[in-house]
Formats: sequence, C-alpha cells, structure tokens
Amino acid sequence: MTSISSPTRQDKGGFRALLGRFPFLPALLILVVLLVLNGIFEPNSLSFRSLTGLVRTYLALMLLAVAQTYVVYAADIDLSVGAIASLVNVTIIVLMQHWGGGGLSVLAALGIGVLVGLACGLVNGFVVAALRLQAIVATFATSIFFTGLALVILPVAGMPAPTVFWRTYGGTFFGIPFVFYAAAALAILLYLLARTRLATQLLAVGDGQQAAFQSGLPVTAIRIGGYALCGVFAALAAFCITGDTASGDPLVGAKMTLFSVAAVVLGGSALSGGFGTVAGSVIAALIIGLINSLVFFAGTPSHWQNFVQGLAILAALMVGVLVSRRGRA
Amino acid sequence: MNRVLEIAKNPLLIALVLIAALLFLGNTLSPGFASGGQILRLLIVAALLGIVAAGQNLVILGGREGIDLSVGGVVSLSAIVAGNVMNGMDGGIPLAILACVATGALFGLFNGLGVTLLRIPPLVMTLGMLGVLQGLLVVIRQGIPSGRAAPALSEFVTRPFLLGLPGIIWLWIGVGLLMAFILHRTVFGQRIYAIGSNEQAAFMAGVPVRRMRVALFMLSGVFAAIAGLCLLGYSGSSFANVGEQYMLPSIIAVVFGGTPLPGGKGGYTGTMAGAVLLVVLQSILTTINIDESGRQMVFGATLLVLMLFYGRGRGLRA
Repeated sequence: MTSISSPTRQDKGGFRALLGRFPFLPALLILVVLLVLNGIFEPNSLSFRSLTGLVRTYLALMLLAVAQTYVVYAADIDLSVGAIASLVNVTIIVLMQHWGGGGLSVLAALGIGVLVGLACGLVNGFVVAALRLQAIVATFATSIFFTGLALVILPVAGMPAPTVFWRTYGGTFFGIPFVFYAAAALAILLYLLARTRLATQLLAVGDGQQAAFQSGLPVTAIRIGGYALCGVFAALAAFCITGDTASGDPLVGAKMTLFSVAAVVLGGSALSGGFGTVAGSVIAALIIGLINSLVFFAGTPSHWQNFVQGLAILAALMVGVLVSRRGRA
Repeated sequence: MNRVLEIAKNPLLIALVLIAALLFLGNTLSPGFASGGQILRLLIVAALLGIVAAGQNLVILGGREGIDLSVGGVVSLSAIVAGNVMNGMDGGIPLAILACVATGALFGLFNGLGVTLLRIPPLVMTLGMLGVLQGLLVVIRQGIPSGRAAPALSEFVTRPFLLGLPGIIWLWIGVGLLMAFILHRTVFGQRIYAIGSNEQAAFMAGVPVRRMRVALFMLSGVFAAIAGLCLLGYSGSSFANVGEQYMLPSIIAVVFGGTPLPGGKGGYTGTMAGAVLLVVLQSILTTINIDESGRQMVFGATLLVLMLFYGRGRGLRA
C-alpha cells in the first residue's frame, strides 16, 4: 500500500506522489484521450445516447473487473469469473421463467443469483486459500465445473428474459437511464467497500502473506473473503449481462474472464498484489469499451477490427504498466 | 518411512500410477479402451499437448511469474501458415517448417521483449499477445483459405513410422530427450533453474537474465508452432481457433508434471506424464455415456482432486 507515504517517497517529486495516491491516473488519462478520439472520428459517439449505450454494454465488464480486483488485491487471481457470470445468468433466467416473470419473481431470482455467485466464490476461496492449490490452475478447474453446472441448468442458449427485466435495465426513469442509477449505486458501494476492514486486509495479505499472518491476520479467511466478494460482483455482472442481452446463454461470460484481468492491470493494480484501486479497474473496463467503439468509428474494415483492438489493448496495457510502475518503484 | 513418503510424493510416479489406474478404469467401463490402437491414438493427442507444454514448461521454470498464455494463438496461427505454405503438397513441407518456426520465434520474441525490456508481467504480456493473435487469425482467415496438410505430414502424424509408432511419437520422444539434455546437461539449462529460483543471485553471478528470458519465450513460441504444424497434419486442415484448447491445459500438464508455477524446480519428464494423464482423463470422460454438462463437471472436479496430489502451497505455519 503506497498511500502510506514515507519521508523518502515525499522527496521524489509531485508526479510520483500523485501516482502513488491515485494509481488510476494513467488509465483516466487514456480514457480522456479515447473519448476525444471517439469525438473526432464520430461526433455522435459523445452524445448522451451513445454514452448510455456504452455504459449499458460495458457495465457488466466493469463489475467483472471490480470482482477480479478484490482477488488480485490479495495476490490471487480468479479465472472463473466469466463462468460464474454465465452460471448466474442461466440460473436467474430459468428461475424468472419458472416463477412466471412477474416483478416479485424477478427480485427473488436476483436474490438467488447473488447467493449462487457467493457460493461459487466460497468454493474458489476454499480450494485456493484453504486447500492451498495454485490459483491459476485451480480456478481454471472450477471454471470448467461451473460451466458444466450452467450447461445442466440451460443446455442451449436462447431462453428469453421476462420483459419487465430488460425493459427496466434499458429503461429511463425521471429522464435518466437506469444504467446511470446502477453506476451511481456501484460508485457508492465501491466507496463504502474501500473503507471496510476486508479491503484493507486483502491489500495487507497481498503485500506479504507471511507478514500479514505473523501480525495476527486470519490470512486464509481473508483470502476466502476476497473470493466471496469476487463471486458476488460476478453475479451482479451477470445481472447486467442478462439485462443487456435479454436472454440466457451458458457460455456468455467465458470470453470476459481474460478481459477482466486485462482491465485490472490496465487500471493500475499490481498482479503481485498489495496495491491497486477498484476505480482504476472500472475506468479500464470503459477504456476497453471505448477502444472497441473507436476501432469501429475509425472505419476499420470489419475483419481487421479484432486485430486492431488486440493491438490497441496490448499498447494500452504497456502504457498502463509502464506509467503506474513509475509511481511505485 | 520418510523415504517411502518421499518416493510417494514424486510427481512422475503419481502421474504414472494415476494413468495406469485411469486406463484400468477406462477398460472396465468400456472394454477395448486400453487396447494397443487406442493407446496409440491417445499418445498422438498427448504428443500434441506435450510439445506445447515443453515450451510452457521452460517459461514456467524460468520463474518470475513466467507463464505463456499466447501458446494457443501461436498453435492456431502456425497451423494456418503451414497449411497455406504447403497447400497439400509434400514439396512445401520444409518451407512450411521454416515458416512455422519463424512465426513462433517472432511472437516469442515480442513476448520476451515485452517482459524484459518493458518489464510487463508475463501473464499480462502474453494475454495481450493472445488478443493480437486472435485478431490476426480473423484477418488471415478473411483473405486466404485455411490451407491443407501435405499427405506426408498427415502420414507422419497418424501412420506408423518406426517400430509401429507414428513419427509424431518419435518426435515427442526426441523433444523429451532434447529437453532433458538442455535442462540437465547444458549451462543454459542450469541457468534456467538459477534464474527461476533466485533471479537476483543469478544476475549477480553473471547470468544474462534478460537474454535468457527472451530465449525461453522464443522457445515456447517455437514449440507451440511445431505443435501447430503437427496439429494440421492430425486434422488435415486448420479451422477456427484450433489451438485455443491448448492454452490452459498446457499449464495444467506442467503443474501435474511437478513443476510448480513459481518455477525454479521440476523438469520435463513429469510434464510428459502430466500431458498423457490429462488426455487419458478427457478420453475416459468421452467414453462414459453422460451429457456434455456432466462431463465438464466431472472433469473440473477431477482436476481439483488431482491437484491435491501436487505441489500444494506452503502452509503459513511452516
């Protein structure tokens, strides 16, 4: 945790001190540049409508990136976030269908969805922290298991979400789109979570597991807590995916796992743990979204789009890592 | 007693015992599972995974969170490159091999430079590279057909070549011997263990750490590219993202082989057994008559159980 400034650090000039305090600044800068570029290529892309669309599509990735961040805080990693999101997606779709698709059934299904995400997170935490398996391979194994479970619940993609659900997600209340309320609620939630003991403890564990243990922290419980938090946020991401696609798909989240890792790094958090912010991850998820829309608006031929996106994300990752390290080294 | 425990903890032994047990189980569930021809088919599939895992093993041994997530992309790209260079003609094979090796080495070089010069964590660098490779595959597939394997290449992979074993098995044995030689008989190999267990000490002792790391990533790319070439021979033509199935399994094969992800210790012999173990496990699951969903759940759960046998992390009180 670099926010605790030592005397030597203060001597190292304003930029470094600023970066140590706000590690997401490079990501924020990239975000602004991308917004400007988007505006240049397609002025319409900065309209209220387009920005709403952007948030609606990428709110899920923002939440997945946040989920991943809490695990990375403690120097762990979760390659099953996408699979958890898929599992929650099909669970709530099937439940909402089963219970008739009314308002109350939607709420009940969402409640179950959060519990499913929490359970998956606890399983991950158990195998990684309690059984001490290596996080990368262990969460890959659990992701296969969760995917299998999702396939049991809904073997093929396509069951539709109740109208009330996606109408709400894509709807507007008092002139403001629902997703902005959701984003505001997320911001408040993240602000509160950053002040909890668990967030600090996760960072402490990531900074040095042995040191944290020797100073009396329940390291295993804390790491399990990180994974549990991750599972819950993956479930919230699944709600957004469901709202955006309005249907169930047992494989919908698979592609998003690696993007969530990329977003965490891009947001200035260290994969080695002990340093980072969730705000950075949220910004980075938007960056990935903006890169995709910029590649589109810049008139890239359709079959080149993936390649250019890949290059742009790699370049952004490089810039992000290079700049944020200057704040810490 | 301690000695017995020590032997029982040998990853190679664990893998071999598990493989034997799984073959026995498979043969009980579906008679003929452990027949000669069937085992040979399993070994061919395992050879493809094992060759990818060789490069992965080197990168992981080199430590500092070394890992290569881009191998899947390189396998796919190499299969396409090879298919188009040879385009179904035996005469094009030498050139195809050259093109594949060059492709793998080039992307390995990019990975290595990103990791050493820009000091980007390997997981991030190779993840970004995977995205680039996947995009590149879309571009290439748009412009040109997927290409065909030359008859000689297909024969090399699928038909008996020497002592009843196909050429790819011999190639894999050759890779195994080469890896053993590199790791245990050369300065280069000793230096891999050195930088993997203590990079700072190795640097102080005069090991060119950066060049070593770049070389490891390049080797990983080359091994993945060779596997892509063989995969083309195995399937006849390349298709979309054919290599993706190798990304995480290659890492699991290494872990099952007794090389822990922090690196610095382990070797390739275990990895070969780990690759066979994974392939046999997957094959058993396809012979059992259950849904795809159930198969995946059993596969994931079994992987977790198997991992309990291998290199669990150190306890906090240790």
